Amino acid sequence: MRVGIVRFPGSNCDTDMYRAVTVGLREEAIFLWHKSHHLEEVDVVVLPGGFSYGDYLRCGAIARFSPIMREVIEFAKAGGLTLGICNGFQVLCEARLLPGGLVRNASLRFRCHNVGIRVENSDTPFTRAYEQAQTLHIPIAHGEGQFVADNETLDELEGENRVVFRYVDDSNQTTLEANPNGSARNIAGITNAGGNILGMMPHPERHSLKVLGNTDGLGVFESLLLAVSERKLAAKPIHEGKMVGTQ
Amino acid sequence: MMESMTASPVARRTGDPEITPHLVTEHGLTPEEYELILEILGREPTFTELGVFSAMWSEHCGYKNSRPLLATLPTKSDAVVQGPGENAGVIDVGEGWGVAFKIESHNHPSAIEPYQGAATGSGGILRDVFTMGARPIAIFDSLHFGSLDSPRSRYLFDGVVRGVGDYGNCVGVPTVGGEAIFDPAYEKNPLINVMCIGVLPLEQLIRGKAEGVGNPVMAVGARTGRDGIHGATFASEELDEEGNDSRPQVQVGDPFTEKLLLEASLELIEKDLLVGIQDMGAAGLTSSGTEMAARSGAGIDIDVSLLPVREQGMTPYEMLLSESQERMLLVAKPEHEEAVREVLERWDLQAATIGNVTDDGMFRVREAGEVVVEIPVIPLVDECPTYVREGVEAPEVLELRTRDLGKYRDFTSNKELLDTLKTLLDSPSIASKRWIYEQYDTTVQTNTLEGPGSDAAVLQLPTDGRALAVSTDGNGRFTYLNPRTGGRVAVVEAARNVACSGARPIAVTNCLNFGNPLRPEVYHQLSEAVAGMGEACRSLNTPVTGGNVSLYNETGGEPVYPTPVIGMVGLLTNLEHRVPSSFQHAGDEIWVVGVTREEIGATEYLAAVHGLVAGEPPVVDLNEAKQLVDFLVTAAENSIVRSAHDCSDGGLAVALSECAIGGKDGPTGFDVALDEAPSSVVSAAALWFGESQSRVVLTCTDGDGSALLQLAEKHGVRAARVGTVGGAGENCQITGASYLIQIAADKLATIYESALPRRMTEQAGLTS
Repeated sequence: MRVGIVRFPGSNCDTDMYRAVTVGLREEAIFLWHKSHHLEEVDVVVLPGGFSYGDYLRCGAIARFSPIMREVIEFAKAGGLTLGICNGFQVLCEARLLPGGLVRNASLRFRCHNVGIRVENSDTPFTRAYEQAQTLHIPIAHGEGQFVADNETLDELEGENRVVFRYVDDSNQTTLEANPNGSARNIAGITNAGGNILGMMPHPERHSLKVLGNTDGLGVFESLLLAVSERKLAAKPIHEGKMVGTQ
Repeated sequence: MMESMTASPVARRTGDPEITPHLVTEHGLTPEEYELILEILGREPTFTELGVFSAMWSEHCGYKNSRPLLATLPTKSDAVVQGPGENAGVIDVGEGWGVAFKIESHNHPSAIEPYQGAATGSGGILRDVFTMGARPIAIFDSLHFGSLDSPRSRYLFDGVVRGVGDYGNCVGVPTVGGEAIFDPAYEKNPLINVMCIGVLPLEQLIRGKAEGVGNPVMAVGARTGRDGIHGATFASEELDEEGNDSRPQVQVGDPFTEKLLLEASLELIEKDLLVGIQDMGAAGLTSSGTEMAARSGAGIDIDVSLLPVREQGMTPYEMLLSESQERMLLVAKPEHEEAVREVLERWDLQAATIGNVTDDGMFRVREAGEVVVEIPVIPLVDECPTYVREGVEAPEVLELRTRDLGKYRDFTSNKELLDTLKTLLDSPSIASKRWIYEQYDTTVQTNTLEGPGSDAAVLQLPTDGRALAVSTDGNGRFTYLNPRTGGRVAVVEAARNVACSGARPIAVTNCLNFGNPLRPEVYHQLSEAVAGMGEACRSLNTPVTGGNVSLYNETGGEPVYPTPVIGMVGLLTNLEHRVPSSFQHAGDEIWVVGVTREEIGATEYLAAVHGLVAGEPPVVDLNEAKQLVDFLVTAAENSIVRSAHDCSDGGLAVALSECAIGGKDGPTGFDVALDEAPSSVVSAAALWFGESQSRVVLTCTDGDGSALLQLAEKHGVRAARVGTVGGAGENCQITGASYLIQIAADKLATIYESALPRRMTEQAGLTS
């Protein structure tokens, strides 16, 4: 699997993502420069966390106009596997690839700590390595992670099983206390209608290395590996196919 | 090398004021210093030159009053690659890797505009580290504020935390440790010290040098504006009561540009396109230009009309002394000038060639070709007049130190004792700092093995299995009452914290926060504290690789507590050997290592419970401190200990509570008899809450105690088992000096965790 990590000016989780894919998963990752118009034939595009263009305007509002976003949007609309984390989630919303938006945390403060998130849909290319309703402990680190959308959109997201992660407490309940930023219905991550684009605020790449003592996030990348392998098998004649297993 | 020479005549620039004694005084220069300038130049300085001397001979740049004292500090060891005098110190951590680190203060700006003051402080120290060729991997902040009962202090505290957080969060460097102390002594003059740690392949180490005649000198990054003119001089004066007049001297930070500068600089260094690089920090273009030239004995010739500016009509004086943020000065190899430009453009950064390196030893500045400054570099940079003053201890300090503390040594009941413990856990200086560090990104870069809340932060290195342990410490109250002890404690406590995590302390950076050194009692504090630091550093073989001096920390004639802050860096050769601070497992044995003495002077107990700052601070036996460090490191290497926590503010009772509150599976019970601890103590207060040095609370697996004791004895360290770890959610029980307390671990945790949020949210009014 070849993962392309977009580097906007101000991205700062790009190398963490690179490490998660290359060290945690032992797959290939490359960086995609924001001024480029080439996706270098990657299987997955990742928009990493950070403060693209300083986020001095609305988060992600400038990054969506980066040259490479034209290709990213094409790729995603054509069904390409696209993952946006934190600032990447914000960019995906700004680019209208995902519904809703992310506004300042209800506390009006930046927050960084581990949160519990429950896998609400394990039948996506991003979560199939997890059990349904499994709880993951993954860090958040954001000042503007409060997911908002109108009720109709929220109902639609829920009705179509597109809420992929929700903030939960130690008892796996979606309580107010478990919600670190005031997100509507404790939503931590969603997909598009096609199911090939995921945006999430918590950082799975930060919990993908054994040395850090927690690999709860690695499943996202293992899932992608499974999905990519399957897609390749489906796309190619069987005798040319090559089985790729998870680590 | 250049000959000693006098400067050529420079015509007075149209519009510049005449040099008068009043103008000289306004520039913070004494008549004697002005005489020296006349001698160096062989003529009268121009207005611009006067500004240059003023900045370079300020305390901030020239270390007028501290240089002779700093010269007594040890600066060398096998591990030190770069000592003081560069942008940052560098140590060798093995496998070809180095660690660059430095601490710096931003006290005065933060007292006026806490958010930008703290943010730009972070920006400056990050640049100091990445201009060595190192990638910043962690930030630490040592903060001192007035009491949180004061709205002003809450406003400053809130702003500083946001400022440190937003800057580091945006640049993508985790803030993983530090300290926050609250005492009325810092009410009007808070201390904001920020430390940065970076890693570099040692072969990539680059210095702030201007070498090679004809090499282009380039200004990079943000444009130069009128902000922060004479910030270095400002930092070397007392604040007036309002601090309002100095508003324009506070700068505004732009972490986004910083991030671009960081990436571009590291790319330039990696590609070996540069000769030298330096942050345009305090005293801006003046200090960066002259210091780079001084380091290589060269000269530098620049034309300020080539400098990208934010506004028209700026004078050479303003351009030379502006402290606009996020700017760097580069010296490139001439054949690489284009390549340098390409890299910078790729990162959307501005670069302007503003001059070149010369061999005449002069700092020459032109305005559209006309020379406006011509000063010999070496006298300007290295021959700032220094002063050794007479220090005298203030009589009121002597009185406080020798005060009889007899009536504070005992309690009337178990309840009073329990209430005392609760008060201490609720004291903001001791209580959980979660409210602070959850506003900081602590996990970006995925190197954080132990984050805030543990004795030392532990960071993975880009080597095979090594890790760095870092702690910042200082104790202003101790230093106030006995500066020699305070200097020692800053070092040994930092070393203890690092060693508790299993790492061997390697080297330190220091930030000296003191009052006006012209006062004999302040000079006494400064000289004694530096002496104490030096003794401790020598004893532990942890040399000083650099740092920062911040004097004139006073408002309306009231100095802060003299506060030396130490940033200690230690190395774990095997990150698997790292030791957590808190209790890990029910049934583990609890041990106390080190001797408890009859020492309650200068404690948090006296301050928080009795509102008293008095008494002799605990004695530091340097030999004992060294033995303890060796013991802790060996115990970690042999995997004998399960947890280790330094005993400091609040003494044994607080240390034990902290171990329990941070328990691996949540707040954890325990059962301890303090009377078992090694002691020469008589009073209950000293046993429970005394702050004797060189003590640690350890745990080991049930049955490993004999091995632990054997190892302790081998290192000449006294140790005794005092109890057993209980289960999560169970009761904590402590007995000692015929008292007994019992309280649920969860209750202790609630007090400890709610202390800061309660003060910061319930008490409204975060206004200036």
